[in-house]
Amino acid sequence: MSEIKQASAACVPTPSSGESEEETKIAVQNLDLFYGDFHALHGVNMDIPANQITAFIGPSGCGKSTLLRTLNRMNDLVEGCRIEGVVALDGENIYAKGTDVNHLRRRVGMVFQKPNPFPMSVYDNVAFGPRTHGIKGKEELDGIVENALRKAAIWDELKDRLKKSALGLSGGQQQRLCIARALAVEPEVLLMDEATSALDPLSTGRIEDLAVELKKDYTVVMVTHNMQQAARISDKCAFFLLGDLVEYGDTQMLFSHPVDKRTEDYITGRFG
Amino acid sequence: MEQKTNSAAASKNAAAEAPKKPHRKVSSAILGALVRIAAVATAATLVIIVGYILVMGIPAFNPDLFALEYNSQNVSMLPSLVNTLLAVALTLVIAVPLGVMAAVFLVEYTTRGNKFVKVVRITAETLAGIPSIVYGLFGMLFFVTFLGWGLSLLSGCLTLAIMVLPTIMRTTEEALRAVPDSYREGSFGLGAGRLRTVLSVVLPPAMPGILGGIILSIGRIVGESAALIFTAGTVAAIPGGIFDSVRTMSVHMYVLSCEGLHIDATYATAVVLLIIVVAINALASFAAKRLTKV
Repeated sequence: MSEIKQASAACVPTPSSGESEEETKIAVQNLDLFYGDFHALHGVNMDIPANQITAFIGPSGCGKSTLLRTLNRMNDLVEGCRIEGVVALDGENIYAKGTDVNHLRRRVGMVFQKPNPFPMSVYDNVAFGPRTHGIKGKEELDGIVENALRKAAIWDELKDRLKKSALGLSGGQQQRLCIARALAVEPEVLLMDEATSALDPLSTGRIEDLAVELKKDYTVVMVTHNMQQAARISDKCAFFLLGDLVEYGDTQMLFSHPVDKRTEDYITGRFG
Repeated sequence: MEQKTNSAAASKNAAAEAPKKPHRKVSSAILGALVRIAAVATAATLVIIVGYILVMGIPAFNPDLFALEYNSQNVSMLPSLVNTLLAVALTLVIAVPLGVMAAVFLVEYTTRGNKFVKVVRITAETLAGIPSIVYGLFGMLFFVTFLGWGLSLLSGCLTLAIMVLPTIMRTTEEALRAVPDSYREGSFGLGAGRLRTVLSVVLPPAMPGILGGIILSIGRIVGESAALIFTAGTVAAIPGGIFDSVRTMSVHMYVLSCEGLHIDATYATAVVLLIIVVAINALASFAAKRLTKV
């Protein structure tokens, strides 16, 4: 255990490429996470900048999805999950007592690995979040739904089938619908948990384009198995291994000049 | 269909190995014949019973059987028909909310492997296995005597409600567990609370399963006689209130056949009972289809 602690202390930040005036949206400080007796994340420290795409990479089981899920407290739903440390959203600890988890999840939206539209119409899917938060007026909802679908670049495909079941859409459409659904509650941060891993290359490309488009208005944090994807679209990249944050920095630097030997081995395909 | 391809494949297989193992072909043929006989026998039993009841019952129909008031001349089934519908309605009004809410609690509000859940589940299973006459006895001692409600619609329906509660609870529980967790995650991820998630995301897709449990329960309510004789009595009149004694159709059939004077009227009642059960099933499956359609 002490070895692991040391390893995480040895996490070297890759030098930033000059523009360091970026605003921190989420600050993770000394985060330890346990599933029962299993120590899944070891003392993670990282600042996630606003209006950028931050990618978490690493082999399966390295803790990247786990960390993503701590950012909107989805891990609360997992039994035996215990968290120590601080996750600050705009400087406020989201694990502080009295935090309204539902409000937090409204601010930090999430898109899951497998598209999970609800078994209802396209319209009702997108309107679900706003309705949950008390918006009832039909015109207002219509506006929100259209706006969210436009932002998710799927309005033109779906505008004539808003009343049709969302389950009849293709996988790529379903995932973009899920993004629209997440955007409809006007979050500040969008978490994407391997959001393209269940999709074909074409749909994947569209979602990547979408993520780049969305970072103007949102802070995007994504977990990906696909290193090319991380290299293509992310601004910041974090490499995880066995629950440690090994290296975190600007994507270009991390991929061209990795500081840690393990990062280099992983991105050059020597393991993982 | 599957059976056919299976046996076809099996006989092909057997043919290929015929020189070595000829008995395979024979045993496969025997098994094939056995399962066919079983299938035919099952279907035939139902057809024969229903056919017999229809043949005996339909000629016995006459307008007197539907007179508004029962007397020993007309042996009208109309009051018992009304009572049956009343009993179904009142029992479901008591049992469905309780059973569904209990199941929602077990599935959505407790953690997996919770000890309390196990106790509740074992209790429910045990309840489901108790013969109805025991429920009748309990209902008589508790509702009729101890609470002093007498032989009444209320006593009867409460007894029936206890009887069908485990069925409703178990089927609802299974239906809720069959709803993918990804729906719940999606809902929580949007900032919806547990109540909103259960009501809007989890319950709708579970509806057909819950309705299935309700249909089973209706079947038990409509068919029950033993427990009701002790708790609801045998007065063949439309009740003025929930504290009046009632006679449901099953009890009506029991009483008529006990008296032995109106066997043809008993069969006619059985025909109507069959029609009611089929109608309720059709209605429920129609409702299930409507509910699952997005």
